[in-house]
Amino acid sequence: MATKIFMEALSPTMEEGRLVKWNTSEGSVVKSGDVLAEVETDKAVMELVARGNGVLRKQLVAEGTTAPVGTLVGVIAAADEDISALIGGAAAAPAVVAAPAPVAAAAATVAAPAVTVGVGSTKSSPLARRLAKDSGLDLGAIEGSGPGGRIIKRDIEAAVAGGGSTASSTVNRPPSTVSDYTDQPLTQIRKTIAKRLGESIGPIPTFYLTAEFDMTRAAEMRASAAALGDEFKISFNDILLKATATALAAHPEINAHWLGDKIRFFNRVHLGMAVATDDGLIVPVLFDADQKGLREISRESKELAKRARERKLKPEEYTGSTFSVSNLGMMQIDQFTAIINPPECGILAIGALEDKPVVIDGELVIRKRLRVTMSCDHRVIDGAIGARFLQDLRRMIENPLMLVF
Amino acid sequence: MPIITYREALNQALREEMARDDRVYLMGEEVGVYNGAYKVSKGLMEEFGENRVVDSPIAELGFAGVGVGSALAGLRPVIEFMTWNFALLAIDQVVNSAAKMLYMSGGQFNVPIVFRGPNGAALQLGAQHSQAFESWLAHIPGIKVVSPGTPYDAKGLLKSAIRDDNPVVFLEGEMLYNTKGEVPEEEYLIPLGKAQLKREGSDCSIITSGKMVLVAMQVADLLAKEDIHIDVLDLLTLRPMDVGAITASVRKTNRAVVLEEGWEVCGIGSQVVDYIQRDCFDDLDAPVIRVHQADVPMPYAKALEKSAKPDVAKTIAAVKQVMYR
Repeated sequence: MATKIFMEALSPTMEEGRLVKWNTSEGSVVKSGDVLAEVETDKAVMELVARGNGVLRKQLVAEGTTAPVGTLVGVIAAADEDISALIGGAAAAPAVVAAPAPVAAAAATVAAPAVTVGVGSTKSSPLARRLAKDSGLDLGAIEGSGPGGRIIKRDIEAAVAGGGSTASSTVNRPPSTVSDYTDQPLTQIRKTIAKRLGESIGPIPTFYLTAEFDMTRAAEMRASAAALGDEFKISFNDILLKATATALAAHPEINAHWLGDKIRFFNRVHLGMAVATDDGLIVPVLFDADQKGLREISRESKELAKRARERKLKPEEYTGSTFSVSNLGMMQIDQFTAIINPPECGILAIGALEDKPVVIDGELVIRKRLRVTMSCDHRVIDGAIGARFLQDLRRMIENPLMLVF
Repeated sequence: MPIITYREALNQALREEMARDDRVYLMGEEVGVYNGAYKVSKGLMEEFGENRVVDSPIAELGFAGVGVGSALAGLRPVIEFMTWNFALLAIDQVVNSAAKMLYMSGGQFNVPIVFRGPNGAALQLGAQHSQAFESWLAHIPGIKVVSPGTPYDAKGLLKSAIRDDNPVVFLEGEMLYNTKGEVPEEEYLIPLGKAQLKREGSDCSIITSGKMVLVAMQVADLLAKEDIHIDVLDLLTLRPMDVGAITASVRKTNRAVVLEEGWEVCGIGSQVVDYIQRDCFDDLDAPVIRVHQADVPMPYAKALEKSAKPDVAKTIAAVKQVMYR
C-alpha cells in the first residue's frame, strides 16, 4: 500500500513551503514518524515526517523548491510496488478547460480592429504608458508582446527589471569583471514580511528614518579645497552624493531592487539624482558613483542636471539606477520624505544646511547641521538595516576625509 | 449555519417582514391558495390571511396599479410577477407611476413598493419567456434594481427592498430558486447599492450579478488551477451601481471581463464598461471584454439555446483574451 507524501500545512498560516533538504534518499527504508525532509514555512524550518512504512520510492520536489500546501512531494511504497499511476498524477498538467472556438473567434474579431494607430506610432495599453512614464522609460525602445505588438504591463516590467534600454550608451559605464548583481530567491520570512506589510501600506510598505548630520568638517574641507583653485570647487551636494555612493558600496542590502519574487542586490552603485525640470521630476544616473572621485561626481552631476533641464537626456541616462537621492535643501526645506522610485528600495531625502545651536561635550556651540530622511521599502530593508546604513553614512559625512580613501 | 434554497430564503424574508410590519402585503397571480407559481410564498396565506396575501386575476397592469395606489395610501405592497416577461404588460405602472410619483409630486408622495419575480431564461421556454430585462429597468431614474445570485443575498436584499421607502425592482431567477447556500438564523440586512467582492484575485476582474455570479465563481475555480486568479465582483444592486467597488477592483487587476445574462446592445455591461473607461483608463492593460447572450431572440432548440447563453467556457475564453494568454 503506497503512501503519498504531501506538502503539509506546518503552521496555521502556511500556504506554501520550501523544501530545504531531503533527509531520506530515494530507495531508503522509512517507517512512520521518520523525518523525511526539512521544510521552511512562513515562520520557521519544520520537519516533514513519514505517514507510512516502506521505501521512499520517489522524491517529486527538488531541494530548494517551493511548493503549495497539498502538493505531492514524494511517494512511500513497497520496493516492488508499481507507483507509476501516482507519479503520473503529480506530473500531469492542471486541467485545462477547452475554450470554445466560435466564441473566442467572435470575440477576437471584435477586439482586433478596435485599435487603430497612426503610422510610426507605438501601440501600448494605457497602463503600460503610465508605468513607462513613472519609470522614465521610452516606449519606443520597448518591444510589445501584446496583439499587434501592443506594449503591455509585462513588457514594461521586463524592461524595468532588465535595466531599461539596450541602446548604445554615451554614458561612462565601464565593463566590470564581476557580476553586476546577485539575485537572492525570497525566503519564506521575507515573503511573509512582504505580503503582510504590503496589506498594511501598499503597494510599497515604506518607513522613514531621519538623522541629523554635523556638516562642520565637510564645510571646512570644502573651503580648503576651494582655496586651491576653481578646479577644486565642489558643492555640499557633491559630498553627499559621494558619501552616499561610498556607503552604498559597503551596504549591498540597501543597494537593491524588489522584483516581486526575488530581491536583486547590486554589486555596482548606480546613483540616481532627482532633478526638477519644468516638465516635472527626472532622475538621471551617476553610474558606478562609488568609483568616481569628488571632482568627477561634481562635473558629471552638474552636466546631467543641466541636460535634464534642457530635456536632452537619453533614456539610458535616466534608467538603471540602484538607489536615489533627492535634495531640496537649496529650497530651504528643513526635512522631507521622498517617494521610492520602484523597483529601487530606498531614497535619501536631503534637507537644508543651517547653522544650529547644539550641545557638544557639554558646551553649547553653533554647528552646521543637515537633516536627511531615508524612505525604505520594508519588503527589503528592515529598520535596523536602514539604521546601520545611516550610521555609516553619518561617519563618512562627519569625517569627510574618509571619502578620499 | 443552516443551508437553505434561494426559494426558502425569499420565503423567510417575506415572512419576517410581514410579521414585523402589518402594512406589508403580497399580491400576484397564484401567490395565495397555490402557494406561488414557484412556491416562494408557501404557507404565507395560511399564516397571514387573505387580506395580506392576495390572489390577483391574470391582469398585470391592473394589480401593479392597485399596488402603486395602495402604496400611496400607506401600505407597503410586494407585487409578484410570475415572470418579468409578463411584467411587460404592467410596465406603465412601474415606469410611469411608481418611478415618477415622488418626482412629479415635488417630493410629496413616495411609493414604497417592491416588484419582484424571476428574470431571464430558464430552460427551453421559448423566445418570449426567456428574456433578461435588467438593463431596461435599470435605465429608469426613480427605481432601484436588485439582482441577487445567492440565497444569502436574496434574503438580505429582499428585506432591505421591502423596508425601502421608494420603488425597488427585485430580479430573481427560475434557475436560482432551487440553488442552496448558507443563510444564518439570526436576522440580517444587506444594504442596497453596495457591491460585494465574492472572491479575491489579482489577475483579472469579473464584474457580474444575478445568476451569472454562479458562472463567475466556477470560472474562478477553474482558472485558479491554471494560476489565473480572478476578482469576482457581484454588483448585487444594478441601480444605483457601486462604481467605487468596480474601480477598486479594476485598479487592482488592470483587466476586466463584464459578464451578464442579457443581450449585448445597451446591456448592463455597457454601463459597467463606461464607468471603467471613465475612471480607470490609465489602469487598463487590455480592452474590457463583455460576455453576454447572443444578439438573437432566445432559440427554443436545446443546442441552440445553450450556444446562445453566456457560460463558463465563453467567460474563460474572454478572461484569457484580456490576459493575453
